[in-house]
Amino acid sequence: MKDEILTIKNVKKFFTTPQGVVRAVDGVSLSVKKGETFGLIGESGSGKSTLAYVVAGIYIPTQGSIYFNKQDIGKGYRKRSKYLKKEIRIIFQDPGSSLNPRRNIKQIIELPVKVHNTFKNNHKNQRVEELLEMVELPINYLYKYPQELGGGEKQMVAIARAIATEPSLVILDEPTSALDVSIQAKIIKILMDLQRRNNLTYLFITHDLSLMRNIASRVAIMYLGKVCEVANTSEFFKKPLHPYTQMLLSSIPVLTKEEELLKPQKIVPVGEIPSPVNVPPGCSFHFRCSKKMDICSQKDPEMVEISKTHIVRCHLYKKID
Amino acid sequence: MTNRNSFINIFSKTKRRRSFSRGWYNFSRNPLSVVGMIILLLIIFAAIFAPYITPFPEHAGAFTNFREASKPPSSTYIFGTDSIGRDIFTRVIFGYRFSLILSIVVLALSIPPGVIFGLIAGYYQGTWIEIIIMRITDVFIAVPPFVLALAVAAMLSPNLFNQMMAISFVWWTWYCRLVYTMTTSLCHEDFVTEAKLVGASKTHILFREILPNCMGPILTKMTLDMGLVIIVGSSLSFIGLGVQPPKSDLGTMIAEGARRLPSEWWAAVFPAIAIIVVILAFNLLGDGLKDVFNIEEV
Amino acid sequence: MMVPLLEVKDLYVQFSVFEGELKVLNGVNLKINEGEKIGLVGEAGCGKTTTMKSILRVLPTPVARISKGEIIYKGKNILNMKPSEIQNIRRGEITAIFQDPLTSLNPVFTIGQQLGDVIKYASRYQDHLDKKEIFSKSVAALKETGMPDPERILNNYPVQLSGGMRQRVCISEALSTNHNLIIADEPTTSLDVTIQDQILRLLSKLVEKKKMSIILITHSLGVVRELTDRVYVMYAGNIVETAQTTTLFSNPLHPYTRGLMNAIPRLTGERIFEGIEGRIPNYLYPPTGCRFHPRCKYSTKECQEIFPLMYDTGNNHEVACFLYKEELN
Repeated sequence: MKDEILTIKNVKKFFTTPQGVVRAVDGVSLSVKKGETFGLIGESGSGKSTLAYVVAGIYIPTQGSIYFNKQDIGKGYRKRSKYLKKEIRIIFQDPGSSLNPRRNIKQIIELPVKVHNTFKNNHKNQRVEELLEMVELPINYLYKYPQELGGGEKQMVAIARAIATEPSLVILDEPTSALDVSIQAKIIKILMDLQRRNNLTYLFITHDLSLMRNIASRVAIMYLGKVCEVANTSEFFKKPLHPYTQMLLSSIPVLTKEEELLKPQKIVPVGEIPSPVNVPPGCSFHFRCSKKMDICSQKDPEMVEISKTHIVRCHLYKKID
Repeated sequence: MTNRNSFINIFSKTKRRRSFSRGWYNFSRNPLSVVGMIILLLIIFAAIFAPYITPFPEHAGAFTNFREASKPPSSTYIFGTDSIGRDIFTRVIFGYRFSLILSIVVLALSIPPGVIFGLIAGYYQGTWIEIIIMRITDVFIAVPPFVLALAVAAMLSPNLFNQMMAISFVWWTWYCRLVYTMTTSLCHEDFVTEAKLVGASKTHILFREILPNCMGPILTKMTLDMGLVIIVGSSLSFIGLGVQPPKSDLGTMIAEGARRLPSEWWAAVFPAIAIIVVILAFNLLGDGLKDVFNIEEV
Repeated sequence: MMVPLLEVKDLYVQFSVFEGELKVLNGVNLKINEGEKIGLVGEAGCGKTTTMKSILRVLPTPVARISKGEIIYKGKNILNMKPSEIQNIRRGEITAIFQDPLTSLNPVFTIGQQLGDVIKYASRYQDHLDKKEIFSKSVAALKETGMPDPERILNNYPVQLSGGMRQRVCISEALSTNHNLIIADEPTTSLDVTIQDQILRLLSKLVEKKKMSIILITHSLGVVRELTDRVYVMYAGNIVETAQTTTLFSNPLHPYTRGLMNAIPRLTGERIFEGIEGRIPNYLYPPTGCRFHPRCKYSTKECQEIFPLMYDTGNNHEVACFLYKEELN
């Protein structure tokens, strides 16, 4: 376990609302290895963004601990050292909201450079231009304002700002879901290039399984605040074990026959993700599940290790070990 | 390198010019706000050059000419003269000087503390800092501003300076509330979260990230407030707590003229109309600015 | 040949803004036959929704202006109709489902009131109904969409329902009244995939059962492939390619369609996906000739100057690209 850059141990995050306690993240344990792209998949309301925010330090976890290179970071960003703030960066979903409309691109990218002071004053401008080049934006964008840019270009600026501090872990919260597909491809390409060049680790939050198939090295799937299945990407898509994973895979609209063949055939999606205020007892997925057993409505299943690289949380697989 | 930079500079300048002309387009779509702006420009011009453009600049202060007293409007005295023979037109123009100086100084004194307290209270939402600042503003806002200004002015000796102090003392709370509301919502924007996460200083976040996004509403409210401050100032002068005679303040003039109503109606009516015109002009301009900054409600 | 149910002929729509005229629709042609399911695919800002709004005559006037073209519905031009005629068309002939079910349902009325109104006004056009009938029809309409416990749902307000449930309500509003044509504008974009799948299945089943026609407007090629018979691909205010769905997916011709297909990550994961360089043109100064030429790998001088016509490459497969001009002759 030497190469683990991020370790999440039994993290819980609850929110108290007038309707009751929302169990947004309910006991998640994961580990992310150095240099990989870890895909965290889930539908809306599954708690994947909350988990990302907990790792980023925006939320303080209700319970559990998070380690970054063996340093405890589970106390929120305020308690983090400058070094940690430099190392862990986040890219938000909507570049319209993550870029200040009243500041120009130069000022936006300059901020992290200035704060972390990794470059001397006279090199600052050079560094900003260099970052702009890295995300393949023309140099005359420096004095433009965000509203003059297209959605994809705005996201490029957000990426440039995130890598400005030379981080080692970048959390990507659905960075392309607000963009068109023709632009998504370019953003992903730049992200992958940057990863290779700067040895970055990505925690990639998304609802797009097909995208994860292409870029992630490992994938975890979340449902109602809990992780259902973690596996290597190829294994995950060839041999999905959890009924929820199968259901998700079977509902993706695809373009070709070959893809059609990969989808589990017999599963027809039913029902909707329930509100995280009143999570059903037992396995939270049981009343949408096609392979429901008696035990499912009574006891919450535990993580079962099928192989070294494949973990699933379902009663179906208890018998195997 | 220099070549490229100069290119970039030219580029950004044309951009700025375009955003200005777009603003003007939105503004001029509403013809009334253009009218308001023209009236205001005329008033400001007249107030600045009052000694040169008024027919009897010496009438602005202590001056008596009983032979010409209480004359109705005529070609010599277009607004008539008051009870001691001073030209009311001249005094109205000089009165605008006091009104404009008053409102500018009051806003200059009340906006900065209001904005700063608002930013701090909004940023520290949910802590005791917010509670203290906002409850204090609540107390101020609960009392009608005129009554409070009246109380403060009554404690001090009546003159222009103290009048300004009294009004500023109550006025900052409105800016505090405005900026507070905006800050609380802006704090949830991702760009503020990002600045916090990267470790930017609080002053940077408050003044570089949040404040520029509040400028539109602040400017608009400022324009609308110019008129309101003139009303409050004139009201204080009207009851004798502001500018003292023989100086020509609009409120003082109405107070003097009101005693002679209805026979010498011009002595009160013209200064009153003058106040109405300037306030109307500020309000029309403010409405136009709302369109420029796309603000729903201030 | 069959007379189409709805035909849009050479439609031009412009928007006037501060900077000048936005030439958004640039000669859109599309046809839909009785009982056909067609898809209108394109990226954000390509004019899909403007086309839909033109058909329903709900474009924001006076900002938008239809400068040229015809929309023929059952032999009559919608663009020349009187307001009362259009009202009748909307009540009984053409209906719509919108992207965001939260904003297309009124938050202050219950589902029952809104669904009841739809049924009542549609019936005034056909036959009169009393309250009881309206209620039973509402229940039936909700049941059709697979909604559990319809009687209770009728007393709920939109905020009390989840996104998928709300979209079911919208679908039942659209389908309860025997309209002939449904225009669905991104009906599943705001929903999760498992719910999207359910909604698409439902829509497909009901449309077939009631022998309606549907225009499905979406940016997702996958969704189109699952639901439609025929696809129209739209780019920057033009239809660039149209074919039977199976033909289009097995043999896309237009460089834009190909680019779009390559841009989509595949579940098989073997192919590297790549985007299309550049972005959708500024409608103030759209490129001359083919509007796609600045982003096109095969662009020639001809493309920059002349606007390409639709070339029929056989099998009802039409494409607006000069690459296929020679093939014809």
